[in-house]
Amino acid sequence: MTWVLIALLVVPLVGALVVAFLRKDDKKAKLVALAFSLVELVLAVLLWTAYDPDGDRIQLATGVDWIPAFGVRLSFGIDGIALVMIAVIALLIPLVIGAGWTEKLPAGRSQGGYLSLILVQEAVTVAVFAATDVFLFYVLFEVMLIPMYFLIGGYGGARRQYAAVKFFLYSFLGGLIMLASAIGAYAMASDELGKGTFDWATLVTVVRDADSTTQTWLFLGFFLAFAIKAPLVPFHTWLPDAAAEAPIGVTVIVVGILDKVGTFGMLRYLLPMFPEASKNLAPLVLVLAVAGVLYGSLLATGQRDMKRFLAYVSIAHFGFIALGIFSFTSQAGVGSVSYMLNHSISTGMLILVVGMIIARGGSSLISDYGGMSKVAPLLAGMLLISGLTTLSLPGTNSFVSEFLVLIGSFPTQPVFTIIATVGMVLAALYVLWLYQRIMTGPLRGDALLGAAAGPGAVGDPEKKTTIGDLTKREIAVLAPLVVIVLALGFYPQPVLDVITPTVGATLTEVGVTDPVTVQEGK
Amino acid sequence: MNLLVAQAQTIEAPEIEYGAIAPLLIVLGAACVSVLLEALLPKHQRWAVQLVLTLVSMVAATGTLIVYATSDRPETGIATLAGAIAVDSPSLFLWATLLVLAFGSVLLIADRSVEPGGAFVAQAAIRPGTVQDRAQATKTGMQTEVFPLTLFALGGMMTFVAANDLLTMFIALEVLSLPLYLLCGLARRRRLLSQEAAVKYFLLGAFASAFFLYGVALLYGYAGSVKLSAIATAAGGTDRSDTLLFAGFGLLVVGLLFKAAVGPFHAWTPDVYQGAPTPVTAFMAACTKVAAFGGILRVLTVAFENTQWEWRGVLYAVAVVSMVIGAILGLTQTDVKRMIAYSSVAHAGFLLIGSIALTPEGDAPGVSATMFYLLAYGFTTIAAFGIVSLVRNSDGEATHLSQWAGLAKRSPIVAATFTFLLLALAGIPLTSGFIGKFVVFSAAIEAGLTPLVVIALVASAVAAFFYLRVIVLMYFSDPAPDGPTVTVPGAFTTIAITLGAVVTLVLGLWPTFVLDWAGTGTFLS
Repeated sequence: MTWVLIALLVVPLVGALVVAFLRKDDKKAKLVALAFSLVELVLAVLLWTAYDPDGDRIQLATGVDWIPAFGVRLSFGIDGIALVMIAVIALLIPLVIGAGWTEKLPAGRSQGGYLSLILVQEAVTVAVFAATDVFLFYVLFEVMLIPMYFLIGGYGGARRQYAAVKFFLYSFLGGLIMLASAIGAYAMASDELGKGTFDWATLVTVVRDADSTTQTWLFLGFFLAFAIKAPLVPFHTWLPDAAAEAPIGVTVIVVGILDKVGTFGMLRYLLPMFPEASKNLAPLVLVLAVAGVLYGSLLATGQRDMKRFLAYVSIAHFGFIALGIFSFTSQAGVGSVSYMLNHSISTGMLILVVGMIIARGGSSLISDYGGMSKVAPLLAGMLLISGLTTLSLPGTNSFVSEFLVLIGSFPTQPVFTIIATVGMVLAALYVLWLYQRIMTGPLRGDALLGAAAGPGAVGDPEKKTTIGDLTKREIAVLAPLVVIVLALGFYPQPVLDVITPTVGATLTEVGVTDPVTVQEGK
Repeated sequence: MNLLVAQAQTIEAPEIEYGAIAPLLIVLGAACVSVLLEALLPKHQRWAVQLVLTLVSMVAATGTLIVYATSDRPETGIATLAGAIAVDSPSLFLWATLLVLAFGSVLLIADRSVEPGGAFVAQAAIRPGTVQDRAQATKTGMQTEVFPLTLFALGGMMTFVAANDLLTMFIALEVLSLPLYLLCGLARRRRLLSQEAAVKYFLLGAFASAFFLYGVALLYGYAGSVKLSAIATAAGGTDRSDTLLFAGFGLLVVGLLFKAAVGPFHAWTPDVYQGAPTPVTAFMAACTKVAAFGGILRVLTVAFENTQWEWRGVLYAVAVVSMVIGAILGLTQTDVKRMIAYSSVAHAGFLLIGSIALTPEGDAPGVSATMFYLLAYGFTTIAAFGIVSLVRNSDGEATHLSQWAGLAKRSPIVAATFTFLLLALAGIPLTSGFIGKFVVFSAAIEAGLTPLVVIALVASAVAAFFYLRVIVLMYFSDPAPDGPTVTVPGAFTTIAITLGAVVTLVLGLWPTFVLDWAGTGTFLS
């Protein structure tokens, strides 16, 4: 079944090429891009069925030599974590294309160019998760920036140039430092084995036994790249700018998918390659993680711009994920990985809903809205559902993850866990307050009544406004997400089954054992 | 008495391996023929004949080079012409690099469609700003001496990288420099800037040559010979004064670093890059860099390898200074040619890292890495300057960055190509620039230069900002109403840019072939 994995990498690239030739015809470009992204989704489902949770550590492995002089191979393969991430990308991209169907692009830009970049982004991101060669991973990690740079810079809001360059430079610098560490690991491998290699599995066996000073330095190199990408406080400042300036579909990709490369990297590279350093430096990471939870939550509460709000919500959630990863228990690890999936789904949904609000009002300021549930009750309902899953209400998918992270982290890191719990309370505050300000009360706000009404004006609910409720297309985009949110909230077992063995293997590589299995803990 | 006897003996002609040095002889021979043609041919025939001669001689030289390189030659290389020229694997690689890069540059030099009549002045003697100057700017005449000058410079460069003793190296240095000084002053437009560049380059270059020569003299005093291997032997075990050795080394290296545009010896670079005709800038940026670093590599690894612990710290600091100057001053530039000049200073710092990457055991993992970097950088630079020459307004090239705003709307292909080349200069994966940086940094880590590599990585990230700024301007800004137009290039420039961009891509995707070739052998010692 390795062909499925290769097809997953090739199909979006072919799609991007075809769509790039349809720059003249926006409608055709959209249809073709949607078709390709749906093929990708079908392939992802096939990949899921082909994966055997109890099988090898890396499955469906395939590869060819690329630069034999350095032992670099184009090799791909998946474990449970990569599988889940690839599946969620394949799920979100068609929804992004569907949600942006009627979105107006800046003057002189075509849908063909935009969608072509989105499909390239999809291909490269899938490849990042599937790479099993450290050099290849680095290459894709950097190449991933280029389509995103053009997506933000070419199609974003007023300060898009600033946001695009900032995004690029932050990630590029992190990547370069990671490259230094990767070369260091490579040099160790050539000393030890007589021949250099970048193969992940081989490097793990070589580097894990290094002395702790070397491990610490190499760890820090990789960690910086992942901390910028994830992002952890204080390396997060690019995200609010990028999220605020990017068009809404691109915000979904940045916040929902690209950021996961950071936490994925921690699980795939930091923990197995540098077990000593991971354990020694865990307090440092945990401080950053918990700081992120509190800082992100507080700043989210105080945001006036909805898109920046989303960015800070994500920063808080990434704190939880990092907390789970560096607590070194299988419950917390499984919780973190399922959080990575559920964050993509619930935050992705929240961003899409916010995008629909912004598409109606033409403003991303919260104060421009008020009482919107009067004119758009379905939209209000969707904001509530996506908000509740973001604050991890029991019965939604995120609850399972957040609960597992907290219950799993408590035995090893009680202090950090207790502090992080405050983040759950703040989440209820910022989500419900957002809902309250936008949806409840009398109809008000410049965006809904038009600027002519002036500040503080209150509208007449009986009077017709131009703001309408969800269209059929928007319902079609959100419905699958609602289903998944509830399904995974009540029955998360299929996902947990896939990720539990991989998380277990990762923790074995770190050298921690914990007797409590996920099944018993649930 | 002995002296008299020695004088009485007949001088024996040295053995010459004609097969090995055929490329050099062809290029220098063609340069001499080219001078004669200039004297004998009527004006209207010169351009075509000179161009054909130049290109044919380069192809012929490359052909003989390939024949010799694939023949059954000694693994360690040979020294010929009484030991003055070393033909070893690095020499052959650098010769091939120089020949292909010069081929691309000559295509840019020969182009007469972008600027009607070519980028060169009709008669160099015309004073800037006069009536004759304004008249020549609109006519199509051209000083065809550029072709012999280019060939002589190329011959000098090829000799420089193969020179096995310091005197040969000095003569080669002059043979490559003098034509370049002249070429810098031959721009058709903005003649004053061009002549200023030529004078600046000449004066500072003369100083550098003097430093170099003084260094040679001191080293001769130390070792009693100008041969690189003799200096290595002397430094390996004598009780002679180290002062002579290191004073000589310092002066010699200053001369070399000047030619390579390594900071803080880079002061001429931005002015000369800006003032020189763009095809000549491309030639200098690509080929002079190869020649200078070829010389530095040979001198450091052959003559001074066993004293590396004494000088390594100094060149370590120089590399840091060069990267910092290049990356930071590059941020402030508003002229695209000056920006690429500062980028070349930063790149010179990266190349110097590769040059000093010697392991304690005497291996030089940096040699093949640096040579690969030179090849990759040369092609990218030639293509980048090729594109710079296309963006023009009524005064000639529009090199001010503000004039590049919104270029992608008007000429998507030119903007996309330039973006790709800038990404290569920044060292983004899937371009040759990345592989070059990767091999150099790997070699440096192998040689225990990890802190230097980290500084280099940060400098790369800083430098990436000014490349990105140009991309931002081209793609995300609105075009100025009276902005420049992009000339549709003629065949020559198109071939040169395509060649550069394709090599940049191919070496980014499949570098193995060239990496293997660069790593085949070591310097003859």
